[in-house]
Amino acid sequence: MSTFLGMPARPPRSPYGTGNLRGDEPFPRAAHRELGNGQLRRNLGKATTTIRTKRLNVTGELPDWEALRDAGSAIKTDAMNRLPELLEQLERKVTEHGGTVHWARDGAEANEIVARLVKATGSSEVIKVKSMATQEIGLNEHLESVGITPYETDLAELIVQLAHDKPSHILVPAIHRNRDEIRQIFLDRIPGVDPELDNVPAHLAAAARAYLREKFMATKVAVSGANFGVAETGTLSVVESEGNGRMCLTLPDTLITVMGIEKVLPRYQDLEVFLQLLPRSSTGERMNPYTSLWTGVTPDDGPQDFHLVLLDNGRTAALADAVGRAALNCIRCSACLNVCPVYERTGGHAYGSTYPGPIGAVLTPQLAGMHAADDDPNSSLPYASSLCGACFDACPVKIDIPSLLVELRHQNTEQSGTTPEKLAMRAAAAVMKRPALYTGAQKAAGLGRLVAGRDRTISRLPPPFAGWSDSRDTEAPPRQTFRAWFASDEGRAALRAAADEHDGSHAEHDPGDGRHDPGDEGHDHSHGEGEKK
Amino acid sequence: MRIGLFATCLGDTLFPDAVRSTAVLLTRLGHEVVFPPGQTCCGQMHINTGYQREPVPLVRNFAEQFGDGSIEAIVMPSGSCAGSVRHQHAIVADRYGDAALRAGVATVAAKTYELSELLVDVLGVTGVGAYFPHRVTYHPTCHSLRMLRVGDKPLRLLRAVDSIDLVELPGADSCCGFGGTFALKNAETSTAMLHDKLDGIAATGAEVCTAGDSSCLMHIGGGLSRIRSGTRTLHLARILAATRTTPDALTEAAA
Repeated sequence: MSTFLGMPARPPRSPYGTGNLRGDEPFPRAAHRELGNGQLRRNLGKATTTIRTKRLNVTGELPDWEALRDAGSAIKTDAMNRLPELLEQLERKVTEHGGTVHWARDGAEANEIVARLVKATGSSEVIKVKSMATQEIGLNEHLESVGITPYETDLAELIVQLAHDKPSHILVPAIHRNRDEIRQIFLDRIPGVDPELDNVPAHLAAAARAYLREKFMATKVAVSGANFGVAETGTLSVVESEGNGRMCLTLPDTLITVMGIEKVLPRYQDLEVFLQLLPRSSTGERMNPYTSLWTGVTPDDGPQDFHLVLLDNGRTAALADAVGRAALNCIRCSACLNVCPVYERTGGHAYGSTYPGPIGAVLTPQLAGMHAADDDPNSSLPYASSLCGACFDACPVKIDIPSLLVELRHQNTEQSGTTPEKLAMRAAAAVMKRPALYTGAQKAAGLGRLVAGRDRTISRLPPPFAGWSDSRDTEAPPRQTFRAWFASDEGRAALRAAADEHDGSHAEHDPGDGRHDPGDEGHDHSHGEGEKK
Repeated sequence: MRIGLFATCLGDTLFPDAVRSTAVLLTRLGHEVVFPPGQTCCGQMHINTGYQREPVPLVRNFAEQFGDGSIEAIVMPSGSCAGSVRHQHAIVADRYGDAALRAGVATVAAKTYELSELLVDVLGVTGVGAYFPHRVTYHPTCHSLRMLRVGDKPLRLLRAVDSIDLVELPGADSCCGFGGTFALKNAETSTAMLHDKLDGIAATGAEVCTAGDSSCLMHIGGGLSRIRSGTRTLHLARILAATRTTPDALTEAAA
């Protein structure tokens, strides 16, 4: 009855060792290095604070902001629930309008498809629109390895590319650089740049513009990502600020768009929700300067050869997780990064993935897996959060990131086998489920008083608490637990006095008067105990 | 009202003053405070560290201890433990529990409150007759603010305290960096967050930094102590329990 011979195999997660979804070291170690970079901390603190304020201003002014968030969440959830049919509809519509659709199981397949398409045009160069999906799969590295030169045209991506660096933010990839550093990068890496170039932002932008204009005019092939793909019409969309994306999307003969399959929206009208949510959440603008929409090929207008590469790379695997799949609703606005107290201090590189910050900590392990037993850096990502919840409040599609982090932590411990931590947690639970053992353990904890100094302070603790005591003192445990006090004569007397005080004030006696009778002793006594602890 | 008091494992063992103050305060307001003696821990540390099988007995014990219909409300001087009972126990019960546990968890979750919620929403009081003549700043803990949504309830209670000098904390809604085992697993990032919080507290010139969670106060207080700051931490319950006739030790020492 239940033979599963016909069950298709679930597409795998992004293969180990490919793309940019895994760092070289666990988060705490990478964070250690980044935390030591004072310049980075200042840049990040300033930038995230500015964007946070702008975002709050433009989200607060909309009376229906919460309703928009609900709508965004509902549309995305609906799209995920019927992803197969929507993707097939998108394929049909794009094909009807003269485009060609390719399906890529993972990043390596997508890279090969793009390289093959570029080679077929005879070009050895491509211009690129800022795109997370192509960062994720390491497309630039692959193109370079087969003799094709990619040029990033988003200003910040260009800075990162020229510096042979990696992006550290979804929206502001060079957030970790200041203008002096950018000036130096341009002087070193842009051919023919004015050697007198100073660090005035407008001058830096002009230098980049002169360099890029020539690329726009001369390059025949462009590669883009997509913010949205509308199944109903086959329309693709890119949302940007600079207009350099628009240049790439309109000037070349060939356009190749790499789109994660979770970017599909059911209806054209759904854009009304997301084109409000996205700019307000990401740049803190009411509307972004450039919104490009295109449907297949328009004869004699824009690229005459259009290819859409639909990228899985772990997305179907994530979709199979009933809890974790909510992360696929992400529209890459980066609001969660900008409000995250961890991201603000460590920056994006500490996460080791194209997707940093809170959403990265839940998306990356789901796309690429976390092989806990192999000491995979990705298995440290769900713990890179204090679970403060600021990300959930900021998310325009209401992804409950803290709950997803807790869920992924659970998946991690389930995969990890028996670790010292698991044994400790088991032991703690075994004690705590038996009140008699628990009170015994409380007495043992009270022995901590013995290691405290005269000021009742413990300033040095052994591992795994050493990191704690590096910057925090710990008060010695009190002499008496609450339950011991509650059961004591002293506790009973204190509570009787408090009850009398209520009865007294209800009888409209002066509450400050005449309450120094039976309870009084208890009061003072208990109070004194409180001091001694 | 008959109120079940959950001391929390941390409060019971390490910070009993806050729990005592909670019991005294509610009793002074005319309520009967009961302490189910078999109570231990809500399991939050387990769940937030990724363990959901191990705390099943703790979740069950909590539901059993407080399930008694004569207990009309459950209170705890901790936003994060209340958050765990209300939001996380159901996750554990759904995954690893039986039907009885799921029902038990739903029953206790529906009547569980953090202290400020109980006072303002259930008991309908903001003026609790407290007297606390000190300069105080309030740190809203993350789970009370964003998981329970206590909003300005703690501040309304504090504003009604006689003789208090309440000053606003810059960057109040930023996390102090505690996060349970986060402070151990990512101790350096946690410290970076803590230091910014300490700077904010220092800017207020407050004698006391208060909050609704002893755990976050343990973190902040540990940092304040290490830098020899003149500011000390005190749980919200202790300020609300202090009166002219039974002032807090801080007031007595100053007098």
